[in-house]
Amino acid sequence: MTTSMRLRSGNPVIEVDKLVTHYGTRRILNEVSLSVYEGEVMVIMGGSGSGKSTLLRHLLALERGTSGTIKLLGKDVSSVSAMEAYELRKKMGVAFQGGALFSSLSVGENIKLPLREHTNLDESTMRIMARLKLEVVDLAGFEDLMPAELSGGMIKRAALARAVVMDPKLLFCDEPSAGLDPVVASALDELILRLRKAFGMTIVVVTHELESAFKIADRITVLDRGEILTVGTVEEVRTSDNARVQNLLNRKTEDVLVDVDEYLERLTGEGDSERLSG
Amino acid sequence: MERIERLGRRVTRSVEEFGYGASLLGESLYWLILGPFRHQPVRVPAIFAQMMETGIQAIPIVTVLAATIGVMLALQGIHTLKIFGAESRVTVGIALSITREFSPLITGILVAGRSGSALAARLGTMNINQEIDALRVMGINPVRFLVVPALVGMIIIVPALTFWSVLVGLFAAGVYVSIDLGISLSAYTDRVIEVLDPGDLGHGIAKSFIFAALITLVGVVNGAGVRGGAEGVGRATTQSVVQAIAAIVITDMLFVFVVTR
Repeated sequence: MTTSMRLRSGNPVIEVDKLVTHYGTRRILNEVSLSVYEGEVMVIMGGSGSGKSTLLRHLLALERGTSGTIKLLGKDVSSVSAMEAYELRKKMGVAFQGGALFSSLSVGENIKLPLREHTNLDESTMRIMARLKLEVVDLAGFEDLMPAELSGGMIKRAALARAVVMDPKLLFCDEPSAGLDPVVASALDELILRLRKAFGMTIVVVTHELESAFKIADRITVLDRGEILTVGTVEEVRTSDNARVQNLLNRKTEDVLVDVDEYLERLTGEGDSERLSG
Repeated sequence: MERIERLGRRVTRSVEEFGYGASLLGESLYWLILGPFRHQPVRVPAIFAQMMETGIQAIPIVTVLAATIGVMLALQGIHTLKIFGAESRVTVGIALSITREFSPLITGILVAGRSGSALAARLGTMNINQEIDALRVMGINPVRFLVVPALVGMIIIVPALTFWSVLVGLFAAGVYVSIDLGISLSAYTDRVIEVLDPGDLGHGIAKSFIFAALITLVGVVNGAGVRGGAEGVGRATTQSVVQAIAAIVITDMLFVFVVTR
């Protein structure tokens, strides 16, 4: 039995059915249907403008679609009451792309904030819990620093610690390794896998980084121009016979090379010197 | 045609922003009153932080401006009344204009420039850094967490600052009047107490409550609507100051019209 099949036999914790969304007259998501099963790491992958960030915002109930439904942990997010939404959000953790740590609060206070808002724990218990989560992300001892004093990788790790402090059932990560050097990015991917192992949560990762996606995913959803091209295990996606999937997997490298060439040409000013010499 | 379309868009946006401000006020009152019953109370330390930032730290500049306005009014008053040989009546004008008009207006404008803009910048930065989204997904209502403390803090501290500004303005004017006209400070004080009734002070303080709410709501509406990175934050901050000052001056005029007619 493949990992994909084994995971699909579990309970779906996220069910998206024929989600359509528009920005103005432009259709951003086109009948997107997707199921994420308990305990799996689902990576939503796609290039810029593919609709992956929009899909994430819908999964987080930050936006509502034009039509279609999204069920999180069995609840339809478009019809839940304010109280149900409040309870639902306590079971979700999100690590945003830039960390989204509150700049006026120390790292420790950032981690403690969900506990302070949603529990009646005393200060020392909250401090212990925050420290435990910081230890998981290798940031123990950094509680008193302000977010502005952390590096990019540390901010992302602190954001992960805050996202898991309430022991959520669902963890969402938006571009966890974007903007980081390969070593730090790789360490962050390993951290995500460690979190899944330690807390047994379902993780949804949105990324455009192929390497990262292939490393952490149980299954990958490939989005392009608002449509799901394929959903499958890493191997199934790699060997997909869908031309657009292959195009997406290969195009990235080509695009980067073209950009680098153009950049180098601009940097060396070859064109300008030819004109001057002429 | 394009100009008309642009004007139409601007009007629509203004109406929309006005409506958003009104709904923010309603939602703030909701969380202030019902938050504790929903186990989501407003953060009292944040209210004190806002009061410190808006009030305590603004005392030096409010003091300087209030004293300057007081002396300026005394100078102008004595100069003008000299034409009629009535400079000894200057205290009446000073007392009423400082208490009813100048102190609330100057304090309001100062707070709009100082704290209203800071509020817009803070919320704008939080918005582009996804901190407001982070609050939402954590199940923390941004209005309860960010807007209510700012609003309550402002509504407490702006009238207090206005009262302080009245005292400083009257005192500074009194010092000048006593030197220029050769009357004692205690005689000046007696005259001020005789001229003013509690309604005059109430008039100024009531206006400052409204100004406080306006400054906060204008700051929040502009901050929450920030798009386009750091440049957007700068634009929202400037817009917040301009709109808040305009709102204060227009509301002041309307208030005076309604109360005095």
